[in-house]
Amino acid sequence: MRRKYILLLIFIIVISALGAIFIYPKTFDERYGFRSWRLGLDLVGGSHLVYQVDLSNVADTDRGSVMNGLRDVIEKRVNLFGVSEPQVFVSQAGGNHRLIIELAGVKDISTAIKEIGSTPFLTFAEVEEMTNEKNERGLQFNPTDLNGRYVTGAQLIFDSITGKPQVNIAFNDEGAKIFEQLTLKNLKKPIAIFLDNQLIEMPIVQEKISGGRAQITGGFSLQEARQLVERFNAGALPAPIQLISQQTIGASLGADSLKKTIIAGLIGALLVMFFMVLYYQFYGLAASLALIIYVFLTLSVFKLMGITMTLAGIAGFILSIGMAVDANVLIFERRKEEIRKGLSGLVALEEAFSRAWPSIRDSNITTMITSVVLYYFTTGFVRGFALTLLLGVILSMFSAITVTRTILRGFVGTGIRNKE
Amino acid sequence: MNIIKHKYIFLSFSALLIVAAIVSISFFDLKQGIDFTGGTLWQIRFLGDQVSDDRVGEVLGKDLKINEFAVNTNISDNSFLVRLKEVQEAEHQEYLKMLKEKLGDLEELSFESMGAAVGQELRGKAIWAFVLVLLTISLYIAFAFRKVSRPVSSWKYGLITLLTLFHDALIPVGLLAYLGYAQGVEVGVNFVVAILVVMGFSVHDTIVVFDRIRENLKLERSANFNFADLVDKSIKQTFARSINTSLTLVLVLLALYFWGAAALSYFTLIILAGVLVGTYSSIFVASPMLVMWAKK
Repeated sequence: MRRKYILLLIFIIVISALGAIFIYPKTFDERYGFRSWRLGLDLVGGSHLVYQVDLSNVADTDRGSVMNGLRDVIEKRVNLFGVSEPQVFVSQAGGNHRLIIELAGVKDISTAIKEIGSTPFLTFAEVEEMTNEKNERGLQFNPTDLNGRYVTGAQLIFDSITGKPQVNIAFNDEGAKIFEQLTLKNLKKPIAIFLDNQLIEMPIVQEKISGGRAQITGGFSLQEARQLVERFNAGALPAPIQLISQQTIGASLGADSLKKTIIAGLIGALLVMFFMVLYYQFYGLAASLALIIYVFLTLSVFKLMGITMTLAGIAGFILSIGMAVDANVLIFERRKEEIRKGLSGLVALEEAFSRAWPSIRDSNITTMITSVVLYYFTTGFVRGFALTLLLGVILSMFSAITVTRTILRGFVGTGIRNKE
Repeated sequence: MNIIKHKYIFLSFSALLIVAAIVSISFFDLKQGIDFTGGTLWQIRFLGDQVSDDRVGEVLGKDLKINEFAVNTNISDNSFLVRLKEVQEAEHQEYLKMLKEKLGDLEELSFESMGAAVGQELRGKAIWAFVLVLLTISLYIAFAFRKVSRPVSSWKYGLITLLTLFHDALIPVGLLAYLGYAQGVEVGVNFVVAILVVMGFSVHDTIVVFDRIRENLKLERSANFNFADLVDKSIKQTFARSINTSLTLVLVLLALYFWGAAALSYFTLIILAGVLVGTYSSIFVASPMLVMWAKK
C-alpha cells in the first residue's frame, strides 16, 4: 500500500525536477529551445500607454468594429518600430473607450509616441458657398459620413503629364458606395478633404466615381506624398485618439528590482521552511518538500502559460509562498489534537486532513475572491499581482494537500514516526 | 488567560487604535499620488558631476518656466524625483532637452504622466473594489456558517466579519496617512491593492476560530452551556494555528521588506501591518464581539 504512495511521490518529484530545469532562465532555454520567460515592462523597461478614443461620431452599433479596426491599425503601426511583441488592447471603462499599448524595450519611446499619434485622420466634407450676416461670402463645410475608416490603402504615383507626385486612395466596398453617392451628389462641385482637421485639398468632382478610388493631387512634395502614402497604408485612424496616461520605466531600474526581489523570495521561502521544520519536525520537513515542489510547479505553469511576469506579479507569487504552507499548519495542528484524543499515527493523520479541510477551503476561497476583484480592478503592471496570487493559491491547495499527503502516506507508519 | 473575560480590555485597545487611525487620516490626510490626482512623476539620474536639487529646481522654474513642481532627492541611488502637472509627450521631450543642456547628461529611470480624469476614475474604482471585497467576503462567511444558528445566528458571523475586516483595513490606512505626513509616502494603486490583500488574508484567522466554535457547538449537548466559555476554549485550541499561519506570511513579508526591491517596500510594510492587525483582531476582537452579541 505504501509503495503506491512512494511511487506517486517519485513521479511528482521527477515532474518538479523537469519543471526546475524548464524554469531556469536563459541557458537551458537556448539549449533546449524553450520559450523564454516573458518579463513585464517594469522589469525590462518599456512603456504602458493609454489612449482615449473619441467615438462621438460613431454610431453605437459600429463602435465595436471601429475599436477593433483602430486596434489593428495601431498594431500595424507599432510593428513598424521593430518592437518585440508589442501589445495593443481595447478596453472600455464606463462610457470611455480606450486603447492600451504596451511597448517593451523600445529605445526611443518619444518617437514611438509621435508615430502612433500622428496616424492621420482623414475626413471628407461637402462644400457650400454661403453668405454670413456681414454679407461676406465664404465657404461652409458640411461633414459627410466618409472618413479614414473606409480607406484600405494608398499608392504613390506620378502624374504622367506633370510628373508631380499624387496619392491614390482606395476605399473598401462600403466606403466606395458612400464615395460614389458623394461624387454623384456633388458633380461639378468641390469636395473638401481634411487631414487631421486641416484642409489639404478641394478637388472638383468631374464625374461620378464608382470604383472606390480617389486621387489627391494637391501640391505635395515628394517626401510629403511618400509619408502620406506610408501612413495611409499603415492604416488611417478610424477615430481620433489622445494620450491620457503614460508610464515609462527605464531598463536599469527594472533589472535591479528583479534581482533583488528574486533573492527576497528565496530568503522568504527558506525562512518558512526553516520554521516549519523547527516547529513540526518530520512533518515540517514533508511540508517543506511540498513547498519546494510547489515553487517549481507553479513557476513552470506560469512559464508554460506565457504569463508576463511583472514586479507586482513576482510579489504576488512570493506572497502565495507565505500562504502555501498554511494548509499544512492547520492539518498538522489538527493531527496533534487527534493523537491527543488517542488515535494512532496513520488514522490521526487521515482524520486531520479531512477535518481541517473546511477551514482550508474557506481561507483559500476568500483569498481567491480578493484576487478576482483585484484582477478586474487593476490594469497594466499591477494586474500581474492578482493573477499570480490567484494561480498560486489554487496550485498551493494542490501542493499542500495532495503532495504533502502523498509524502506522508508514503512514510508514516514505517515505524520510525509511529510514536508521535 | 481567559480572553473572553478580559474582552473589554482588548476591545478598548482596538477602539483606541481605530480612533488613532481616524485621527491620523483626518489630520494628516491621505497623500494622494498621481494615480488618483493625475500629474507627472519623473525619476532621473544625472550621469556626470553631482547636481543639487536646487539646480534642478532652478532649471525647471526659471529656464522652463514651470509653475508647479517639486523635486525630491533619493540619496540611496542618487536620483531625483520630479513631480509636475500632467505633461504631454512633446513637453516631456522639451524639458528633457533643457535639463540635459543645462545640467549634463541624464538617465531617465522612469516617467509617468496621467490625466486627472483617469485619476478620478481610478479613485472610484478603488472604492468600488474595496466595498466589493468587504461585502463578498462577509457574505461568504455568513453563507459558510449558515448551519449554525444557536446562540448566534449565521448572518451575525458575516456581520462581525465585516466589522473586523473594516477594522483591519482602517488601521493600516491610518498608518499610511501618518507615513504620508512623515515620509511623504503617496497613496497609489499599489496601496489599494495592499489593503485589499490585507482583507483577503486577515479573514483566514477569523475563519479558523469560527470554524472551531462551530465544531464545538456541534459537540455541545447540554441545553444551557456557557457560550463565552465555549468561545474561549475555541480560541485557546486554535491559538497556535492562528499564530503560525500568520507567522509564515510575516516571515515572507519581512524577507520582501528587507531584501526586496525598493519600489515594493512601503507596499510590503502596509501588508505587514495589516496582517499583524488582522491576526490580533481575529483572536481578540471578532470572538469577543460574537460573545457580546450572543448575550443580547
